[in-house]
Amino acid sequence: MDTKISTDRLKVFFGKAQVLKEITIAVHRNTITGFMGPSGSGKSTLISVINRMIDFENNVRIEGDAAIDGTSILDGSINPIELRRRVGTVFAVPIPLPRSIFENIAYGPKLKGTTDRTSLHHIVEDSLKKAFLWDEVKDRLSTSALKLSGGQQQRLCLARTLALKPEIILLDEPCSGLDPVSTAKIEDALSELKSEYTIILVSNNTKQIARISDFSAFFYLGELIEYNTTEKVFTTPAESKTEDYIQGKFG
Amino acid sequence: MIDRTVFKERFVKWVLVAFALSSLLFLFLIFLFILAEGLPLFLKVGVKNIIFGFKWAPTKGYFGIFPMIISSFLVTIGALVIGAPMGLSCAIYLSEYSGKKMKMFLKPALELLAGIPSVVFGFLGVIYIVPLVRNYLGGSGFSLISTSLVLGVMILPTIISISFDALVSVPKTYREGSAAMGATKWQTIYKVIIPSAKSGILASFILGMGRAIGETMAVIMIAGNALKIPGSILDPLRTLTGNIALELAYATGDHRLGLFSTGVVLMVIIMILNYIANFGIKRKIAK
Repeated sequence: MDTKISTDRLKVFFGKAQVLKEITIAVHRNTITGFMGPSGSGKSTLISVINRMIDFENNVRIEGDAAIDGTSILDGSINPIELRRRVGTVFAVPIPLPRSIFENIAYGPKLKGTTDRTSLHHIVEDSLKKAFLWDEVKDRLSTSALKLSGGQQQRLCLARTLALKPEIILLDEPCSGLDPVSTAKIEDALSELKSEYTIILVSNNTKQIARISDFSAFFYLGELIEYNTTEKVFTTPAESKTEDYIQGKFG
Repeated sequence: MIDRTVFKERFVKWVLVAFALSSLLFLFLIFLFILAEGLPLFLKVGVKNIIFGFKWAPTKGYFGIFPMIISSFLVTIGALVIGAPMGLSCAIYLSEYSGKKMKMFLKPALELLAGIPSVVFGFLGVIYIVPLVRNYLGGSGFSLISTSLVLGVMILPTIISISFDALVSVPKTYREGSAAMGATKWQTIYKVIIPSAKSGILASFILGMGRAIGETMAVIMIAGNALKIPGSILDPLRTLTGNIALELAYATGDHRLGLFSTGVVLMVIIMILNYIANFGIKRKIAK
């Protein structure tokens, strides 16, 4: 299996508190990898290292390394803005910008310097189709994105991320506030997208991870407890902690 | 025992209500007096002859304040042209770029700027700005541009503090969402934060205008106070506030009433500006 993202004994401290303890993991290309664990397990921190959004936090110390395609992303020579165009992120709470649907999706490509109207239209249509949202909004692209329902907003955020043509998509609990129908649409979209992208899905919802991810990682209190194919993790977990979590005994 | 605490509570509450309402009462009384003194002349001379009259010779029966209305607006717009870009830039720097130390230094400095008496601004204007304009641009130096420059600085604290509040209240999630899409800091500010804070920023400009149009002392010291519409930025002018302050000391009879009429016009303009500013801010909160 081909490694896309890897970390090597990655440690993260917020002030004196250590939130990640020697995480070493290799995420495979063109798969969906589920990161699960109760809150405070460090899974969100780990993805904020991968997209370097951790730069916005104060008083952070990082040790060890993280790499994409074998190249360190913590190196000083890496431009975090370039990196975030390669690593798209969808947040727990959909955050459409206070602009039209079209402008929300064209925002990233415009920042990259695409100004040609026809190619922007093409990107917008393509991204919305991939996020399973096109049919619902194609007649009202110029209305405010804030008027969409929560589920639509989250798919808009996914489409917006796809418009950047990233290599990696990180989703931080993308369905936590959504109804089952919207959740199913997002899951369908992700399953289709993995042939082109490497996807990391952070979720507290073990059933969701079991449904759509190829690999699963279980984090607990900043440690990577178990990481294997989803089938193995959910049928014959090696650690009793993992088994307890999956069965809902804690978390 | 319980009755007594209840009584105390009620007493405190009513005392506070009385004081709170007294400020409303003062506003009402100011209104009443200005209208009582200012309106009769409108009825006698005619609204049109006062507001659109070009000639101000109150001892001879001419009460036209049109040039002063225009002049007041000109200095206000001039102040905004100078103060708005500076103020907004400063607010953006404070809310987006400056560290804690810089903020701790800049904010008190701005409060100090707001606290400097306007006569000091006028004095500095006469000593430095007026000669500068006279020597490098021409004219007497007592001019629209000198007044605008000084007023532009005077309205900075208003513009900065209100736009700063508007910028800071833009949710952090907008910044993160934009950054996650590969936006640089400036792109995020320009494309997301400023548009989101637009109504608050506009409100800061309008309140700055209200401050500029009401300013008196600094203006009479620098504006030159000539009774005509300035033909260029180097010409002197007289504002509504300046007119009242300059002549009230010796005005009697209809002349005095004419100054109150000037006050009525000024008050109406400021009320309109405040209404627009409040409307802008409220719309933002409603969203």
